[in-house]
Amino acid sequence: MDLTSINPVLLIASLMVSATPILLAAMGEMVVEKSGVLNLGVEGMMITGAITGFAIAVNTGSPALGFIAAAAGAAMLALAFGILTQFLLSNQVATGLGLTLVGLGLSSLIGKPYEGIKSPTLPRLDLGPLSDIPVLGRMLFSHDIMVYFSLALVAAVWAVLKFTRAGLVLRAVGESHDAAHALGYKVVRVRLLAILFGGACAGLGGAYLSLVRVPQWTEGMTAGAGWIALAIVVFASWRAGRVLVGAYLFGGITVLQLNLQAAGAQVPVALLSASPYLITILVLVIISVRGVHGAPASLGRPFHASH
Amino acid sequence: MKRRTLLASAALAASLGTAAFAQDPTKACFVYVGPIGDGGWTYQHHQGALALKEEYGDAVEIAWQESVPEGADSERVLTQMALSGCDIIFTTSFGYMDPTNAVAAQFPDIKFEHATGYKREHPNVSTYNARFYEGRAVVGHIAGKMTQTNKIGYIASFPIPEVIMGINSYFLHAQKANPDVELVVTWAYTWFDPAKEADAARAMLDQGVDVITAHTDSTAPLAEIAKEGGSAWGFGQASDMAAFMTNDDGTPGPRVASIIDEWAPYYIKRVGQLMDGTYEQIDSWAGMPEGEVVIGEMTDAIPADVQAEAQAMIDAITAGEYHPFTGPINRQDGSVWLAEGEVADDGTLLGMDFYIEGITGEIPN
Amino acid sequence: MIALEKRPQPSQAWTWATPVLAVLLTMLVGGLMFAALGTPPVEAIRTIFWDPLFNPQFASYSRPQLLVKAGPLILIAIGLSLGFRAGIWNIGAEGQYIMGAVCGAAVGLAFYPAESVLIFPLMVVAGALGGWAWAMIPGLLKVKFGTNEILVSLMLVYVAESVLASVSSGLLKNPDGMGFPGSRNLKQYPSGANPELIAGTGMHWGVVAAFIVVILAYVLLTRHVLGFHIKLSGAAPRAARFAGVNPARMILFCLGTAGALAGMAGLFEVSGPAGQITIDFNSGYGFTAIIVAFLGRLHPVGILLAGLLMALTYIGGELAQLMLGLPGAAIQLFQGMLLFFLLATDVLTNYRVRLSNKAKGTV
Repeated sequence: MDLTSINPVLLIASLMVSATPILLAAMGEMVVEKSGVLNLGVEGMMITGAITGFAIAVNTGSPALGFIAAAAGAAMLALAFGILTQFLLSNQVATGLGLTLVGLGLSSLIGKPYEGIKSPTLPRLDLGPLSDIPVLGRMLFSHDIMVYFSLALVAAVWAVLKFTRAGLVLRAVGESHDAAHALGYKVVRVRLLAILFGGACAGLGGAYLSLVRVPQWTEGMTAGAGWIALAIVVFASWRAGRVLVGAYLFGGITVLQLNLQAAGAQVPVALLSASPYLITILVLVIISVRGVHGAPASLGRPFHASH
Repeated sequence: MKRRTLLASAALAASLGTAAFAQDPTKACFVYVGPIGDGGWTYQHHQGALALKEEYGDAVEIAWQESVPEGADSERVLTQMALSGCDIIFTTSFGYMDPTNAVAAQFPDIKFEHATGYKREHPNVSTYNARFYEGRAVVGHIAGKMTQTNKIGYIASFPIPEVIMGINSYFLHAQKANPDVELVVTWAYTWFDPAKEADAARAMLDQGVDVITAHTDSTAPLAEIAKEGGSAWGFGQASDMAAFMTNDDGTPGPRVASIIDEWAPYYIKRVGQLMDGTYEQIDSWAGMPEGEVVIGEMTDAIPADVQAEAQAMIDAITAGEYHPFTGPINRQDGSVWLAEGEVADDGTLLGMDFYIEGITGEIPN
Repeated sequence: MIALEKRPQPSQAWTWATPVLAVLLTMLVGGLMFAALGTPPVEAIRTIFWDPLFNPQFASYSRPQLLVKAGPLILIAIGLSLGFRAGIWNIGAEGQYIMGAVCGAAVGLAFYPAESVLIFPLMVVAGALGGWAWAMIPGLLKVKFGTNEILVSLMLVYVAESVLASVSSGLLKNPDGMGFPGSRNLKQYPSGANPELIAGTGMHWGVVAAFIVVILAYVLLTRHVLGFHIKLSGAAPRAARFAGVNPARMILFCLGTAGALAGMAGLFEVSGPAGQITIDFNSGYGFTAIIVAFLGRLHPVGILLAGLLMALTYIGGELAQLMLGLPGAAIQLFQGMLLFFLLATDVLTNYRVRLSNKAKGTV
């Protein structure tokens, strides 16, 4: 075993890249849950984003267009969820699971012609002198634009939720849709917008996988990343900053265990891969013991304005 | 068991149906564990199936089912295939071993061929596998010659004999080419998870490994190696992965050679035997001589003399003159496994649960 | 402007009509999709819905297989439906299913190769206990600390998957398995096997248990005070408290029952159709059962029918792949559509659609 062969600078740089897809998807899902809606279809939306982004990037030669299309495509799928749960008042848990089924099926049908080819990928963003700073330059300033976009998204969501009226309305709707309705807020409209935002973010996460992280298209390539994103939201107790920590932790554990293995350490892989989930449960218990239920009070409950 | 008789009579009815139309094509059916689009294991089996159809034209009909979970679902899928009039059924994953034997017991007139397993409980069950370690030997030699850092990597899936055999063969020949070489193994505990495979490659690259081979199915490790911009190399796994031979800007890509699973010769041979009546139960473990393990085109990133040496090794294995596990080889603990000139027997290889001398680390259990 | 008005009582007529409507809509849209993929739509629909039941070549085999496939789905879904009715959201049945299989199989394998008629019943008990214990984690956490059970039960699915991966290549690995991950095959161990009880029917103990549980759940919900309390807890939690319902006990009962049933389903599956513990032994029954519970309107008889319908689309889908060369993804999409249409048309059961001239802005 030679742990000195692990370079912490490279480790952090690689976990930032590794965590970006789940970070994007988890940010989106957090906003959705903040509005009181539980969408379990993140996996389906991510993989739809992955293939839409890949197909458009390959056909246009532009990864940027690919990302835009991925956001739009996954948002379209999320819209189906929105219509079902918000207008037709279907159960959110069942609809979300159905969304995953539809997303996985749809993506592999669309993806057939795109198997085995490469896509144009995002270059590293040229940050000039910043990239040349010793240690920090390699660790923080040598990534592609989506890594920075995901960090900016965290900051933006945090600021919007905390400081703006839109954020206040969103939280109000999530805490008590009846009270929010009584105050004259358009509950369904707010939730629909949140659902679309969540879809778009999941789509970007999926496209990051197919255009940057892996770059290729294969059926089922998200391999459970959407479910991890759901766990991260819970781990973060619905706070933007903690979503960032959670995503880097979840992403980091995989990267770390593979690095430890490469350095020759004997790693209890099963325990390590279960540990993020155990930690999440622990976090859930701690926040409930403290009496501050992080979860939006109306989470998962259908809303109908007729009473 | 009454169910057996019931099913057997159903099978009899089905086979009588085929007998009535003697001109009916022979129907070959394939059960795949992954999607055909996985670009690796399942994809190559399907290429074999398509080549079979191509070879015999109208005399053969093929049918398949993809993404069949191992266990209960596979037993049902197999039975339905048998009932639908398949004459020979290829089950292409280790986990189908018990279901294949169970269904074969109920359809004695239908031939079953199970890939990578070892159970042949009924006369109509054959097993087949390929000597992938022959390919690992060749790429191991290339890796040993090409590494600048003297660290080469192996992304392993699960600690099973097949994978351990591959690791040993790869290291053995890398070490012969370059005595200073050090092997880094990471266990991904998955056959297919592109993001994790990329992470595994990244972890190795970050620690100075510059030649990597994978025992997982996706092209993600190659894509990750490509990001090093020409200072690290890798190999196609299962399929040729030719898309990674050159980068988009025209510079040489990370894939310098590949180990291709070529199932077509076997499928063509077996279905041909079934049609001309020479079919017998066998346990097939073929490799380069039969054309089932193929080294894909070597790129110019490999120096010409190394290419020549690799080609010489391919030729020797193909001609049956060289066995990659020829002594002297010691086990990891230094004890003698094979004496000078001794060749490993298949039984030891198929149950391989030890590293050879020079590999550091332990096999997880 | 279209507005929805809540019905005072769910419509009886629509309760039965909407599934039929949904299936017809799925056939229509699915048919269009199949046509777009170049498969004759009528043939595809017939292969999925008709052939497994009535095609002489397959029916004698696939009809019993419907029971085999539907059995675990029904068993799990019934357990879940009790909780869903009471407003307790256990979505971790997949984990409870895995733990039931692991615990039950472990007990069986511990006795290998001894033979005794007591071994199988012991395994069933161990399986039920394993699932029950796994479900008690979110249950106790909710009762003690008010922790959200949806999230804890979901997290525990991943933990259970890690446990499964670990035991199948460690503790329960077949010592004669040439180093491959996976346990001994319980089907080849008479005392630990869950075989077909009556030849050619597909009935194994798991299917028998599913039928019994459907009946018990029906009696419980319609004839027993506990069933009344369950329904009351979901519809009007405060009223339930006045009626003397202890919410903590209700939570533990619902989660425990669901866990035990899911655990039993896992045990019956591992000792019967699947035969052995392997790394990917679980094939999503726990999640699919959630869908089945909702398709069945959380009603025992509805769940029975929904489980059979779901099984039909699986088996018919396999036939469509085999006979018509339809891609597996198309079948998956088709199932997703069916679910979406069922969920969408369900609105007609609980709401009346009204056309009004004035946009009142209710939505």
